[in-house]
Amino acid sequence: METVTGYVTGVNGNLANVRFDDSVHKNEVGYILVDGKRLKAEVIRINNGIASMQIYEMSNGIKVGDPVEFTGEQMSVELGPGLLTQVFDGLQNPLPDLAEQCGFFLERGVYLNPIPDREWEFTPMVKAGDAVEAGESIGSVPEGLFAHEIMVPFTLKGRDWTVKSIKEKGTYHVRETICVIENGKGEIKELSMVITQPIKQAVKCYEERLRPDEPLVTKIRCIDSFLPVAKGGTFCVPGPFGAGKTVLQHMEAKNGEADIVIVAACGERAGEVVEILKEFPELEDPKTGRSLMERTIIICNTSSMPVAAREASCYTAVTLAEYYRQMGLDVLLLADSTSRWAQAMREMSGRLEEIPGEEAFPAYLESTIASFYERAGKVRLKNGKIASITIGGTVSPAGGNFEEPVTQATLKVVGAFHGLSRERSDARKYPAIHPMDSWSKYPGVVDMTRVEEARSILKHGNEINQMMKVIGEEGTSAEDYIIYQKGELLDAVYLQQNSFDPIDAACSPERQRKEFETIYDALMTSYDLEDKKEIRSFFNQLRQEFLDWHGIEFETPEFDAQKKKITEFYMSKAMK
Amino acid sequence: MQKVYTKIESIVGNVVTVRAENVRLGDLALVGDSYATVIKLDKNLVSLQVFAGAQGVGTNDAVRFLGRPMMVSFSEHLLGRVFDGAGVPRDRGPALTENMIPIGGPSFNPAKRILPRNMIRTGIPMIDVFNTLVESQKLPIFSISGEPYNALLARIALQAEVDVIVLGGMGLKYDDYLTFRDTLEKGGAMSHTVMFIHTAADPIVECTLVPDMALAVAEQFALAGKKVLVLLTDMTNYADAQKEMAITMEQVPSNRGYPGDLYSCLAARYEKAVDIDGAGSITILGVTTMPGDDVTHPVPDNTGYITEGQYYLKNGHIEPFGSLSRLKQNVNGKTRDDHRALMDGMIRLYAQYKEALEKKSMGFLMSEWDEKLLKYGELFETKLMDLSVNIPLEDALDLGWTILAECFDPNETGLKTSLLKERWPDKDALN
Repeated sequence: METVTGYVTGVNGNLANVRFDDSVHKNEVGYILVDGKRLKAEVIRINNGIASMQIYEMSNGIKVGDPVEFTGEQMSVELGPGLLTQVFDGLQNPLPDLAEQCGFFLERGVYLNPIPDREWEFTPMVKAGDAVEAGESIGSVPEGLFAHEIMVPFTLKGRDWTVKSIKEKGTYHVRETICVIENGKGEIKELSMVITQPIKQAVKCYEERLRPDEPLVTKIRCIDSFLPVAKGGTFCVPGPFGAGKTVLQHMEAKNGEADIVIVAACGERAGEVVEILKEFPELEDPKTGRSLMERTIIICNTSSMPVAAREASCYTAVTLAEYYRQMGLDVLLLADSTSRWAQAMREMSGRLEEIPGEEAFPAYLESTIASFYERAGKVRLKNGKIASITIGGTVSPAGGNFEEPVTQATLKVVGAFHGLSRERSDARKYPAIHPMDSWSKYPGVVDMTRVEEARSILKHGNEINQMMKVIGEEGTSAEDYIIYQKGELLDAVYLQQNSFDPIDAACSPERQRKEFETIYDALMTSYDLEDKKEIRSFFNQLRQEFLDWHGIEFETPEFDAQKKKITEFYMSKAMK
Repeated sequence: MQKVYTKIESIVGNVVTVRAENVRLGDLALVGDSYATVIKLDKNLVSLQVFAGAQGVGTNDAVRFLGRPMMVSFSEHLLGRVFDGAGVPRDRGPALTENMIPIGGPSFNPAKRILPRNMIRTGIPMIDVFNTLVESQKLPIFSISGEPYNALLARIALQAEVDVIVLGGMGLKYDDYLTFRDTLEKGGAMSHTVMFIHTAADPIVECTLVPDMALAVAEQFALAGKKVLVLLTDMTNYADAQKEMAITMEQVPSNRGYPGDLYSCLAARYEKAVDIDGAGSITILGVTTMPGDDVTHPVPDNTGYITEGQYYLKNGHIEPFGSLSRLKQNVNGKTRDDHRALMDGMIRLYAQYKEALEKKSMGFLMSEWDEKLLKYGELFETKLMDLSVNIPLEDALDLGWTILAECFDPNETGLKTSLLKERWPDKDALN
């Protein structure tokens, strides 16, 4: 096939207009040749024989007449063994390799191989003559903890393909042909361990989608017990700046009970990625005993990197997630922040001079967000395995106002909403998830009817607090005052969690059940207290005991002793 | 050799267009004798942003393309000098032309970054104790016009232990510029300071160049192993300049007239803050004035999402609420074992004090607990929050314990028992 070429006729920011000679496709990738460098760009509009291309790199230095080469392919990623532990930019460029080649700064026009150049021990799973179709495994290689399955490309069309030949068990290079397949028409395809997949096309090689009904444990009490997330579900975390979105998401990445965690740092600070990079290799995955990094992939397109690549980074991340889901694994994808991703769309839309929607976001904002979150889900694969992708996205609403378009568009499509509040973070109540405004449609790790009872105390306590601001403490009855204190207690010792305390940072579901049982019991007990001062000092003491309990390791004699101490303490004041 | 074009087709705002061949995006040109940069190409129609403004430019003025992007000279000779937004000396010193470096260079590879780990001591308890400033941090001071933000900036500049100070002034009042210069000179810091100053009277385009100039220079110093502190005041003026330029270029505005890429513009600048492994570092302290004291205004709002925290300067002191240094966790675990817990505990109590104060102002009966809180709040404000307090971190922590002990019983503080046992000044109260 001949390469289609063209030349630049105009540039505005990161948008280039290109005249081409033959035919081009929308969303096709092309390279603009500038000073011997090849800058990646994607066709986003074709109008009157001029292709408008968004450039994934800094665009200075481009001049009218610069040649353009089209590839005929859509923006794609390469999938294969060796992706885990890596750090990529939004275009799947491995950043550490880039640093080795270019030094401290990101050089444009350098595209490196995302799949490490090495050999793997391959075990075939099919034999010559077997029928195969898109997404079917033909063999596996051991990658870290997993048997990494080598699959037939997801884009393969037709169902009449058979294996013509396959390599025997042995060590092969990742890009070597290991299998040859043939279809009824006699077409032949050679497969290696690496496949390519367009990032904007969802992989649908599964039998059926299932309802997400199993909790995804994050070891954050407030989430697991009160606002649960399900495997295959979606959740969003909107919050004003400084409310702790990123810290919360790092905790989820650290403690989330998934097989693979993909962190997409999309248009956020580089420093936050560095924290993961330096911290994760040192942390141990409690489930497997190996380094946390071995189950993690980081897609890092920080705020100072080119905007167009930021738009791609979320898709890159979800495509990688789908790849691992196809192997029967549970994948947790954390995107921080989807607002930056939406802003990237807005910038492009503005350059294309499209008619703006609300707050100048493009009219297709909602459908784009919806189709991104819809790539999450729990599925039954064709081989019967159950696998899932859970997507959690942070949203950075302008001015902390949840009415803005991105938050609203997101809320329509997610199953859980963890809204962060500035008041809570100002008062150092972390995680600053607002317990009343937030909601979840998924089942949690403790008895949900009891959670509802506890929540109603919280709500009632809050109402009394509001009332007390008007009528004063002296005008409040002792009974109401106790309810108010109970609400405060629940908030202080159950909803709040110290992510910097080595023990309190991760609260296992078993421990949550035990702690919830105790606090539930303490909340449901009626107390024989009359004087406000007495009530306050009783609850202060009780809170102190609970806080000390959080610092004690689970399943130790000290843990049980402290539980006993707490129970005895509040029972001593209980109504007889 | 350089081709001169003398037919300017249009002049709109600060943008002139001319028909020319072989021009690159981002190249520098001379329109008359003012510098300009290429911002848009459409076939042979070239749009140029004129730095000094297009006022008085004639359609027959000569346009010369220099074939290179905007650059700034970098050498040790910069120290002690003052320039304007286009890099022209503002003091009476000679123009510098050696070792020209491009401005607005590529972004730092995240894989090469290291975790910030050094505290910058300032002697201000509200910063050192509650929101520690960390080397390579980017932090704005959110303030309103009339607050002493420039004085605070100058004080931090003088007290912080850094090798080089780069000051970028945008839309500064002339007297503010003079105050800065005099303060730094008097404090003996001018010899390691470079200033890029755009005053309110200067052309608007130069305002948008100041951060790029300042940061390009800072980056070179940092690569040479220097600890650099970049002060940018006031970033709201920078954003307003961007807005003005975007509107004249007929871009679709997104929020209150600001361009859709405001976030990216600000982020590209702030993200230059870095700690380089084996070399120096860049710490950025900016000022963002909030029009109408509104933190949801697009400039402070976008800034807040980019920077690693913020200091709220209000009524002459740094507010404990809202002020935040995100990187403090990296360093305050190593200062003293009680630092974190004390910091959180004192702020929690201060929040309750605010509630009690509100109750009092509404005329409610004060309970005993409220009285304790009121006493605490007052001590906290006078002994720790006042900006004139200048004590090292350790003394400030001790002072914190003293204040707590003066006002509360140990179990009212919400601090862990083990810590109370160790640090509570009055040991008898513990039992």
